[in-house]
Amino acid sequence: MAREVIAVRGVACEYATPRGNVPALEAIDLTVAEGEFVAVVGPSGCGKSTLLKILAGLLPTTRGEVRLRDVPVTGPRRDIGVVFQSPVLFPWRTVLDNVLLPVDVQRLGRAANLRRALDLLALVGLSGFEERYPWELSGGMQQRVAITRALIHNPAMLLMDEPFAALDAMTRESMNLELQRIWLERRETVLFITHSIPEAVFLADRVFVMTARPGRILEEVAVRIPRPRALEATAAAEFGALVQRIRGHFSPRAGS
Amino acid sequence: MKRQVLRAAVLVVSLALWEGAVRALRVPAFILPPPSQVLLALQRGAASNIYLPHLWVTLLETLLGFASGSLLAFLLGTGLAASRTAEYFFYPYIVMFQSMPKVALAPLIVVWFGLGLTSKVVSAALVAFFPLLVNTIAGLRSADEDRVNLMKSLAASELQIFWMLRLPSALPFIMAGLEVAMVFALVGAIVAEFVGAEAGLGMLIQSRNFSMDVAGEFAVLFILSLMGLLLNWGLVSIRRRVLFWDPSEKAGPLAGEIP
Ligand SMILES: Nc1ncnc2c1ncn2[C@@H]1O[C@H](COP(=O)(O)OP(=O)(O)OP(=O)(O)O)[C@@H](O)[C@H]1O
Ligand SMILES: [Mg+2]
Repeated sequence: MAREVIAVRGVACEYATPRGNVPALEAIDLTVAEGEFVAVVGPSGCGKSTLLKILAGLLPTTRGEVRLRDVPVTGPRRDIGVVFQSPVLFPWRTVLDNVLLPVDVQRLGRAANLRRALDLLALVGLSGFEERYPWELSGGMQQRVAITRALIHNPAMLLMDEPFAALDAMTRESMNLELQRIWLERRETVLFITHSIPEAVFLADRVFVMTARPGRILEEVAVRIPRPRALEATAAAEFGALVQRIRGHFSPRAGS
Repeated sequence: MKRQVLRAAVLVVSLALWEGAVRALRVPAFILPPPSQVLLALQRGAASNIYLPHLWVTLLETLLGFASGSLLAFLLGTGLAASRTAEYFFYPYIVMFQSMPKVALAPLIVVWFGLGLTSKVVSAALVAFFPLLVNTIAGLRSADEDRVNLMKSLAASELQIFWMLRLPSALPFIMAGLEVAMVFALVGAIVAEFVGAEAGLGMLIQSRNFSMDVAGEFAVLFILSLMGLLLNWGLVSIRRRVLFWDPSEKAGPLAGEIP
């Protein structure tokens, strides 16, 4: 087995609120191997974003430990790329300048990274849009800029928090195809959060299923459908069976 | 094009009505002069070159007061937005001071700083200070939480977050504050001139008032509003250039103010 990039052991997280502590996560265990695409699914409010913020070093754990490449995560790190639910672009920066934001922040040198930025923009199909501003782009294009920005500083790990949730169904399908294509080309280590079960099965090598709040890992499902997966693969029996199995956890009978 | 013609027509008709009403009702010129006399006063003044030196003085007072008041407000606002502790200790006094009519301080300021330029600049700066202070604080706090998280996830320092995110996010608020500050600075300068001055358009209004030259007063008022318009137009064109990315450009001044 390839070496572990992320190891989460017994992580719990509570939010302190005026009305007492709210447990958001309870004893999460998971690992992600080098070059692996892992998805996390769970109902709304189960703590998926909380888990991502912990992995990104934006939130401390209440209990347990997170290691990234065997180093404990204690705060934000330079070798993580994050894609949020909304594109979170800076409207005063052009597309190219938005992509180069991590380069500016981490002082990696614009000249050294300009070629890379242009290549990555070409990879996500945004050649010719370098000098445009975010507000001139569609929602799907903006999210592609956000993905490019998350890749520019060559992170060890790509964290994605429902990056396509705000897009319409058609755009979302084509973004899934596109993400798979980019991933096949670059083999980044990805942790992808979603509440769409088909999306998780389509994209991931392994799917972690979470319970409602406080979040725990209910099951880990391996997806062995060969790549590259075409949209037609979603009609296959194997695909349907996996989706059904995961969905079973969330049906009213299985709940509580 | 058609609208512009209409606009000019509205102006001409209202001036004509004013002229006609004043003549028909035989209103004495020291109460309300007709526009023709105001125009004459403007011409006479321009011919003897009275206005330009006074205009220059008032413009200088306004701009200096605007610049120093805005700079101080921006620096203090940045400090207060950065530190909750500083805000806790200083903000109550600022609110107290803000709700006071600052023009009421003009007589004191003239006593303290004399009849020359300094007292006018201080008065203008004091009045221009608050709108920008309030807007700077609100603007620096307005940065989107997701964007802050993004910067933090990149391991950005607080200083980088300030320069790359908080300051640009605050610009719509700051520009709106500057526009108010400019108008207020003009008010502050004129009021201080009323109290006591050697030169300036405010002083000119005062002296013409004493000699009952009401048409002359109207002429100065006209010049003053032209000046205010020009100053505002300058700021608006700067704002358009700086805030090209803010498609709404809807951020207005936050607080109603008592100059
Ligand atoms: N800042 C906070 N303070 C208090 N409670 C919070 C805070 N953020 C999240 N929570 C609580 O923690 C739980 C998990 O939140 P989280 O945002 O991680 O959910 P999620 O799984 O990402 O949901 P969604 O799918 O809707 O994005 C929620 O029930 C929420 O009420
Ligand atoms: Mg979430």
